[in-house]
Amino acid sequence: MPTHTTLAATGNSVVAEAMRQCKPNVMAAYPITPQTTIVEEFAGFVAKGKTDCEYVTVESEHSAMSACIGASAAGARVMTATSSQGLALMWEELHIASGMRLPIIMANANRALSAPINIHCDHSDIMGARDTGWVTLFAETAQEAYDNTIMATRIAEHPDVMLPVMSCLDGFITTHSIDRVSVMDDESVAGFVGEYEPRNALLDTGTPVTHGAFAGLGGPYFEFKKQQREAIENARAVVSAVGAEYSALSGRPFGAIETWGMDDAEVALVVIGSTAGNARAVARHLRADGMKVGVVKVRVWRPFPYAELAAALKGMKAVAVLDRAESFGAEGGPLYLEVRSALYDLEMRVPVVGYIYGLGGSDVKLELMERVFSDLADIAAGTAAPAGLVYLGAREEA
Amino acid sequence: MANLKELTHREDRLAGGHRLCAGCGASIAVRQVLLGAGEDPVVVGCATGCLEVSTTIYPYSSWKTPFIHNAFENSSATISGVEAAFKGLKRAGKIPADKTMKFVAFGGDGGTYDIGLQALSGAMERGHDMVYVCYDNGAYMNTGIQRSSATPKGAWATTAEVGAAQQGKIQRRKDLTQIMAAHGIPYVAQASISHWKDLTTKAEKAFAVEGPAFLNVFAPCPRGWRIPSSQSVEIAKLAVQTGFWPLYEVEDGEFRHTVKVHNRKPIEEFLRPQGRFRHLFSPGNEELLAEIQGDVDRAWDRLMARCSQV
Repeated sequence: MPTHTTLAATGNSVVAEAMRQCKPNVMAAYPITPQTTIVEEFAGFVAKGKTDCEYVTVESEHSAMSACIGASAAGARVMTATSSQGLALMWEELHIASGMRLPIIMANANRALSAPINIHCDHSDIMGARDTGWVTLFAETAQEAYDNTIMATRIAEHPDVMLPVMSCLDGFITTHSIDRVSVMDDESVAGFVGEYEPRNALLDTGTPVTHGAFAGLGGPYFEFKKQQREAIENARAVVSAVGAEYSALSGRPFGAIETWGMDDAEVALVVIGSTAGNARAVARHLRADGMKVGVVKVRVWRPFPYAELAAALKGMKAVAVLDRAESFGAEGGPLYLEVRSALYDLEMRVPVVGYIYGLGGSDVKLELMERVFSDLADIAAGTAAPAGLVYLGAREEA
Repeated sequence: MANLKELTHREDRLAGGHRLCAGCGASIAVRQVLLGAGEDPVVVGCATGCLEVSTTIYPYSSWKTPFIHNAFENSSATISGVEAAFKGLKRAGKIPADKTMKFVAFGGDGGTYDIGLQALSGAMERGHDMVYVCYDNGAYMNTGIQRSSATPKGAWATTAEVGAAQQGKIQRRKDLTQIMAAHGIPYVAQASISHWKDLTTKAEKAFAVEGPAFLNVFAPCPRGWRIPSSQSVEIAKLAVQTGFWPLYEVEDGEFRHTVKVHNRKPIEEFLRPQGRFRHLFSPGNEELLAEIQGDVDRAWDRLMARCSQV
């Protein structure tokens, strides 16, 4: 059994630690706030000889992902980290990484996208990359960020998946806050992730392969995309199996969604990332006052856990979905759209209300969570109809 | 140094049967460069463009060596990743410590001078043990002859048209070889498909040095230059003989003119056979022609002043 050590550490620090423990052969990365301390700490490991990883200090995020793609196709275990504009600059390469079926691991420090420029937390960056074919995990805490990084390695490299995996943690809130984190010993982590056995590696020069061939008009492009969908569907079972195995090792439960108070809840709030803590804190008080409220946290964003959410939210009198990202021109944020879709096939209609909150690091105060639960109570009691999209906590005049 | 008889015995790593046009300079450049790689295995990277599209039409591949295409602007970053993997896997004991390999990235002038310049500069600065080869045909040929920063002044291109208000491309071309020399990398050279011995010798040197090397290879495009397929090598030769494309190398900062041109021909001899320059010979463009000759002369004088043997 592993040795567990409890640390007081930031999310970024334990992500860097998890990466070192997973023994990547190549890291190619470019600094961007608030991801920077991941690549700084990793550079420290390189300087101190604590990793035999080849560290490529590229000149942009586009080149970071380009080099990761080359290194992964070459047969290496490859990791990187980015945020916001960096993830946006990688966008072209995100599709290529998944299309070439390369199991690259990337941490994303969730941060707002320009304009206006803003370095603080929201999910605009990752939601902009939601259709790039990456398996995507979300962390609420530094602990989850650590755990997700390790699980990501196993999920990505699973023969039924062979897709890149992104592990997201909230900028500053999780990346920079010091939290209590339990880390495992190096050997246990190395044993859990195992050795990467690449197929069709460029460096296997005895059997030369061509990567990135042209599949033009009439070519098999369409069928390749179908295989990609099959792979990310396969990831559901793999995420679940890897999660179960990791839970046994770490002693911490893992599921595609995490529910709180849902056994007898009448109304529920669905959230992603660090705000789940705020929601639970408020829900705990309301329960003490006799309100039957629950919280559902989504940990796996892609493949999206439709069935799990439908099962958890079935029979709710009202559901609130909190989005820390916009989908301009749509009915609500990306999570809202997915949750509504997950509930569509239920026989009894569940009223769903969408909230946009916390963009650009706008403060997520407990009063805001209280307001959401109060709206839910009104809808459940029939004293109010679900409102249109609510910009939660936005000032009337900026 | 390369010897023709010996070269004929080396394995051709780019197989025939690819879909590049007859007379395409790119495939000639690739084959000659790869002959210079010697016996070591070579991983080839390639930017999006004619070369990549025409050699890897799934499920076929002309590459008898490991090959990767990623995107347009990043063949240098991609190959730098492959080279990093080689180092990392050696350190992890997954590749024997004594194994040697070569890494080369190809790109056209669009993928090198323009959209790929940042990634190229970064890869060279980081010191990867790799060779970058630009096959310069002076325009975006794959998308249909649009001007690039390598297109010569006065050349017609589909985005540098000829009409009453404009006589082809207005601007001078970018001198990328000099920019790469300014990176202070171990080896930089300018070569041409018309001078096979010079080109293969330079490729051998580029592969032999430890660290990054850059080759800029003049590679005519019959389709884009409006020349017969049979004339690619002849035109490339004229580019050298007129001083439009001097053959030189920069070894550890030392400039050397590798193929001497004793009686430099007037630039007109390079321009006249090409349809893309036809308008320059219409009445009224005499001044423009003189300007182009003046540009070639000045660049030539500057280069010769830098070469240790003139």
